[in-house]
Amino acid sequence: MTEPLLEVSGLTKHFPVMGGALIKRRVGSVHAVDDVDLTVAAGETVGLVGESGCGKSTTGRLVARLLEPTAGTIRFRGEDITHASRAKLKPIRPQIQMIFQDPYSSLNPRHTVGSIIRGPMEINDIDPPGGREKRVRELLEIVGLNPEHYNRFPHEFSGGQRQRIGIARALALQPKLIVADEPVSALDVSIQAQVVNLLRQLQQEFGIAFLFIAHDLAVVRHFSQRVAVMYLGRIVEIGDRESIYERPRHPYTHALLSAVPEIDPEPGRERIRLTGDLPSPVNPPSGCRFRTRCWKAQDKCAQEVPPLVRLDGNAEGHLTACHFPMEPTTAAQNGSASSAGRDVPESALAE
Amino acid sequence: MGEQTVTTATSTTEARTRRGPGPFLAVRDLSVRFTTEDGVVHAVDRLSFDLEKGTTLGIVGESGSGKSVTSLSILGLHDPETTDIEGEIWLEDQELVSASRTTMERLRGNRIAMVFQDPLTALSPYHTVGRQIAETYRRHKGASKREARERAIEMLRLVGIPQPQLRVDDYPHHFSGGMRQRVMIAMALVCDPDLLIADEPTTALDVTVQAQILDLLKDLQQKTGTAIILITHDLGVVANTAHNVLVMYAGRAVERGTVREVLHEPRHPYTWGLLGSMPSLRSPLDVPLRPVRGTPPSLLSPPSGCPFHPRCDYVDRVGPEFCTGERPALTPEHGHADACHLPLEEKRRIAKERDRAERGGRA
Repeated sequence: MTEPLLEVSGLTKHFPVMGGALIKRRVGSVHAVDDVDLTVAAGETVGLVGESGCGKSTTGRLVARLLEPTAGTIRFRGEDITHASRAKLKPIRPQIQMIFQDPYSSLNPRHTVGSIIRGPMEINDIDPPGGREKRVRELLEIVGLNPEHYNRFPHEFSGGQRQRIGIARALALQPKLIVADEPVSALDVSIQAQVVNLLRQLQQEFGIAFLFIAHDLAVVRHFSQRVAVMYLGRIVEIGDRESIYERPRHPYTHALLSAVPEIDPEPGRERIRLTGDLPSPVNPPSGCRFRTRCWKAQDKCAQEVPPLVRLDGNAEGHLTACHFPMEPTTAAQNGSASSAGRDVPESALAE
Repeated sequence: MGEQTVTTATSTTEARTRRGPGPFLAVRDLSVRFTTEDGVVHAVDRLSFDLEKGTTLGIVGESGSGKSVTSLSILGLHDPETTDIEGEIWLEDQELVSASRTTMERLRGNRIAMVFQDPLTALSPYHTVGRQIAETYRRHKGASKREARERAIEMLRLVGIPQPQLRVDDYPHHFSGGMRQRVMIAMALVCDPDLLIADEPTTALDVTVQAQILDLLKDLQQKTGTAIILITHDLGVVANTAHNVLVMYAGRAVERGTVREVLHEPRHPYTWGLLGSMPSLRSPLDVPLRPVRGTPPSLLSPPSGCPFHPRCDYVDRVGPEFCTGERPALTPEHGHADACHLPLEEKRRIAKERDRAERGGRA
C-alpha cells in the first residue's frame, strides 16, 4: 500500500476540568480521545461510529486541526501537522475541509449563498479560471442546486438544500479529505438519502477521501469502505465494512448492531440489551473501558487495557480490542442472548 | 410497591369496561389550520384513524407532515386564537374537539399523557424530578404530599431508574439523556393514562438507549394496557414497537394498515420512497439509495389533487389529470388502505419490482 493520505497515531485529547471556589485550578480532565490510531487512504471513506460522548466528533476536529491534540501525531500526506503553526498549516488547510451537522447554524445568515461558497477561495487567494463566481455557479450545479440561486440567503432554503450549500463550500477548494461530522442526521429521511447519494457521487467523481462521522450504523455501512467503532474515547474495533458488519468480534460492536431497529430484521437475531449508561469520561473505567457494561467481563478486563490487534479468524486489517472476543458472526446469538442479555454462553455462539 | 401499580391499573381497567362498543380513540375528519402572517397553513387535512386499547399506532412522516399537530390537537394544546379545528376526536364517549378547557385539563396528564422528544426542555430545571412527577399525581388524584412522593419513587423504580429513593430528589440536569427520557415516561404514566402519546421519544437518544426506551414502553404497555400513539420518522422504530401504522404526508393519511401490511406490502408511492430512502444493515452494498425526489410541499398552498404528485414517479401511469385534479381518498374504509389513484394490481406489481431491486442479490 502506498503512503496513506492521513495517518493518525496515538492521538489523545484531554479537556481540562476546572474547579475551586476562588482560584480556578485544574481538578481533572475529560478523556475525550485516548490513543487513537487511524489511517485514511486517498479516495477512501472511513466511517467513525459510536454513541454520543465517545469522542468521534473530537477526533474529527483534531484531524481538521480545529483542536490542539494533547498527545500523538497527525500526518497528512507524510507531513507532520500535529502542532503545525498557522503559517505552516496555510497550504494544508484547503486540502482538509469539514461538513457540519447542523445546516442552520453552520451558514452565516447574513451572507448570500454566493459569498458563503466564495469565502474559502477568497481566504486562500485562489482564482479559478473564469473567475470565482463562475466556479461557485459550477459548484452549485454539482451539488444539485440552481446556479441562479447565487444571490439568495440561507433562510430561503430548506434543511436539505442548506446542507448542499455546506457541501459546495467544502468542495470549493478541491480538498483531498473531507471530515463530515454527522452530515445527514439533522435531515428528514427522504432528504437524508438524497444527500448520502450526493456524497457518494462526489466521492466517486472527485476521488475525495472522507472521514465520515455518524451515529447511524446503517448510513455508515452504506457510505464507508472501512469502519471504526469508538467507545469512550478509544477505538474498540476497526476493519473493512464487511468484516465489521458481518463478522464483528467486539461485544460492544455486537450490542450496537443488535440495537439498530430494523424493518426487516435478520431471522433469529436477538437483541442484546446493554444496561446502564456510558461511564463518565472524566474518570473512565480501568483496563477495558467497556467492561462496566460488558456481559463477558472478567478480572483481566479491569487490569489490562486490551490492545487493538488482529484476532485469529479476522480478515486482514480487522483489529479488535478485546480480551474475550465474540465469535465472528451476528446471526448465531439466537435465543441465547436472552431479554436480560447479560449472559451469552460460549457454546451457543459457536456456529 | 409493584403491587400497588397493578391494583391501580386493574381498577381503571374495570372502570373502562363499563362503556359501549366502538374504538377506544376515534379521530374523524380532523382538519387543523393555523392562521399565520403568510397565510393559512393546512397542517392536518381530513385525517381519520382509530386506536384500540393495549395497541400501539405508529404515525410516520417527515417534518411538516402534520403528525405532531395531530397529537397536540388530541391533547388540546393548540393555541385557540390562531388555530381552527374541525372534525371530531372521540376518547370513548368523550368528544375532545368541542370539550371545554376544564374538561381537557382534567383529562390531560390523567387519562391522556404525552412524552415529548426533548426531555431537557420538557422538564423544568428548577424542580426536582420527584416534585414534577408528584405534582401531576396530586393534581389529578388529590393525593397528599407524602403519598405523591411515594408514588413518584414507585414510578421511578418502574421505569428502571436505580436507587429511586435517592434520585427522586435530584434535578433533571443530574440525569443522562436516556435517564431523563425515563423520568418523562414516569411522569406521563403516573396517573395510569389510558392513552399515551409519544412524540419522537427516542430521536434524541443513542441506539442502545433507544432500544432500552422502546423495550420499556413495550413492557409498560403489557403491564398497564395503555394505548400508545408513537410518532416517529423512523420506520425501523415502528417495525419494532407498533401494531398499526399510519403514514402521513402533507397533513393527510396516505397509507394505513398493520405493520406487516404497510412495511412489507406497501401500496403508496410515498411509502415506497420512505422505505427506499432508508439504508438497512443488510441491504446490498454499493447500490445507491432510492430517495423520493424533490422536497416536501409548502402547507400554505398544498399541491392540487394528490399532494404527493409533484414528487411521484408514477403520475403518468394513471393519467396526470387524475393526480393533479382529484384528491384520492383513503380506501377501503377498513384494513389496509391507501390514498393513491394507481389501480391496486399496478401497485402490487410496482411494489414487488421495487422490493426486488432494493434487496438486490439477497433472497
